[in-house]
Amino acid sequence: MPETPPVLPPSRFRHARQDPFWLRVTLIVAAAGVVGLLIVVPVVHVFTGAFSKGAAAYWRNLFGDPDTRHSILLTLTVVPGALLANIVFGLAAAWAIARFRFPGRTLLTSMIDLPFSVSPVVAGLMFVLVFGLQGYLGPFLQSHGVKILFATPGLILATAFVTFPFVARELIPVMQAIGDEEETAAVSLGASGWQMFRRITLPNIKWGLLYGIILCNARAMGEFGAVYVVSGHIAGQTDTMPLRVEKLFQEYNLPGSFAVASLLTLLAILTLVVKVFLETRVSPERRHVH
Amino acid sequence: MSIEVRHVTKSFGSFRAVDDVSITVPTGELVALLGPSGSGKTSLLRIIAGLEQADAGQIFFEGEDATVRGARHRGVGFVFQHYALFRHMSVFENVAFGLRVRPRSSRPSRAEIQDRVMGLLKLVQLDWLAGRLPSELSGGQRQRVALARALAVQPRVLLLDEPFGSLDAQVRQELRRWLRRLHDEIRVTSVFVTHDQEEALEVADRVVVMNRGRVEQVGSPQEVFDHPATSFVMGFLGHVNIFHGRVEAGRALLGPLAVDWPEHAAAEPRAAAAYVRPHELDVARAAEGDGGIWAVVRHVNAAGAVIKLELEAADGGALRVDMSPERHETLAPRLGERLYVQPRRLRLFLEDAPETQG
Repeated sequence: MPETPPVLPPSRFRHARQDPFWLRVTLIVAAAGVVGLLIVVPVVHVFTGAFSKGAAAYWRNLFGDPDTRHSILLTLTVVPGALLANIVFGLAAAWAIARFRFPGRTLLTSMIDLPFSVSPVVAGLMFVLVFGLQGYLGPFLQSHGVKILFATPGLILATAFVTFPFVARELIPVMQAIGDEEETAAVSLGASGWQMFRRITLPNIKWGLLYGIILCNARAMGEFGAVYVVSGHIAGQTDTMPLRVEKLFQEYNLPGSFAVASLLTLLAILTLVVKVFLETRVSPERRHVH
Repeated sequence: MSIEVRHVTKSFGSFRAVDDVSITVPTGELVALLGPSGSGKTSLLRIIAGLEQADAGQIFFEGEDATVRGARHRGVGFVFQHYALFRHMSVFENVAFGLRVRPRSSRPSRAEIQDRVMGLLKLVQLDWLAGRLPSELSGGQRQRVALARALAVQPRVLLLDEPFGSLDAQVRQELRRWLRRLHDEIRVTSVFVTHDQEEALEVADRVVVMNRGRVEQVGSPQEVFDHPATSFVMGFLGHVNIFHGRVEAGRALLGPLAVDWPEHAAAEPRAAAAYVRPHELDVARAAEGDGGIWAVVRHVNAAGAVIKLELEAADGGALRVDMSPERHETLAPRLGERLYVQPRRLRLFLEDAPETQG
């Protein structure tokens, strides 16, 4: 229904909301069309592809194949490892940047963003350069029996690098907005550093931290490029779920490929739900901050 | 518990916030650090609390060097300008915080904490709000919670940074009278920072006037108001009319005014100024004696307990005169009328000169 025209001359008091009807319809249809074509249809297709041979075949595809089973387990090992590393790093970096002024602070802030702009494949190659047998640390590590490339530690490192910015970037503005007055007050009341962090800082940033973790988790599970390079792509040993999807696809095992893909998609949708829920908790908290 | 500040200096980059300040706060006194923004008063307070490190100088608590102790171990209660209440904790938990974080050996029992916190909340008249969150309180209530929280750790010294700075005028008046009464009751050595001279003069036992990182004067409210040591103190503690001029051979020539100043008998002229408070100017229709000037009435503000007149002197300078409503009624000054203005009392200060008077 078109809105009733305002009493004042519309030519002088025209609002963005009063765009012509046809323009609004066109824009909405275009946006819905793009979302439908590029997101909804492919997602639905993943699930129909996965279930094309029935639910029993779907189950077999996921858990009957030892290599696929291993890839799921591996992802469930690598992702928590990378998450843990990034929680520790993200907290440390956000604390340093939000609470202190030091030379190189701006540089550190922009370095945190680096993994967003570097192609994951390049990131993987960088690790090969550092830890590979021809690399800087490779021979030393090998002589001490430490295996990083083509093994779980390499996967965790590469995943952590790529998902590096999520927690830190989420926490820095939250901590800056909250300020350090409450922490100073805690110290002046006799709290130790750890008591201050646990009783004051952590409760204040918890929703922001959780939000960062969720985003980081989603990105870590889907990581392909960097992991592809450092893993060596060995089935049953270093294949994570995304790598497994690609391998099954290459082997023309489409139902198997779609089954693993559907599991990843399911996890992504779950993440999205949690994220939407968290956003409603995070934003009022931010609005309270002056 | 007395506080002694000895030769404390603090710079931020090239800005000298606190410049060789030494003051003593006797046990049980309530002292105001008064000065304009940027005068170093807050920096000094934070240095006393240990929240800021001095570049040089020492802080003594009861004769004992506190400089080496961190904020955590100074036994100081600090009330922050914006309260800094823990936003996720109830009023009760805020006040209990300082007791709960104590090491197990000196931590009071649960029941003791309950008693002490409720006792403090009664003291600040907020026991009925114990379960609320800080965001559910008014500004004045938050301020009192912040005070109770600082007192909970039984501080040896209470420090307050602009305690009434972010409250509206009426609450501010009420709260500062309340603070004065509270201090009379608990008698803990206290220092508070303010830029409001009225507040400092009303609440404090003694006032430390600061300017550009230095102490201009220390004294009781009456001392600093009646006998300002410097032109800055005079100008900062209320409105003044300033007459610029020079002094030579024992006589000060200040535009239209000329007065004797025997302390400056040297023949060599020096820049000087006379400071006169608005209530120290007498206004009359006819010239009575000399030492006065003629000025034209430009504005009369007759609202309030004191009637404020604005006049324009012959040289274009504005004068402010305060008078009682009774005097205003008998004189009945009209706008545009020429009146004779005569200082009843004036204070002379040398200008742009080293502080060696006489």
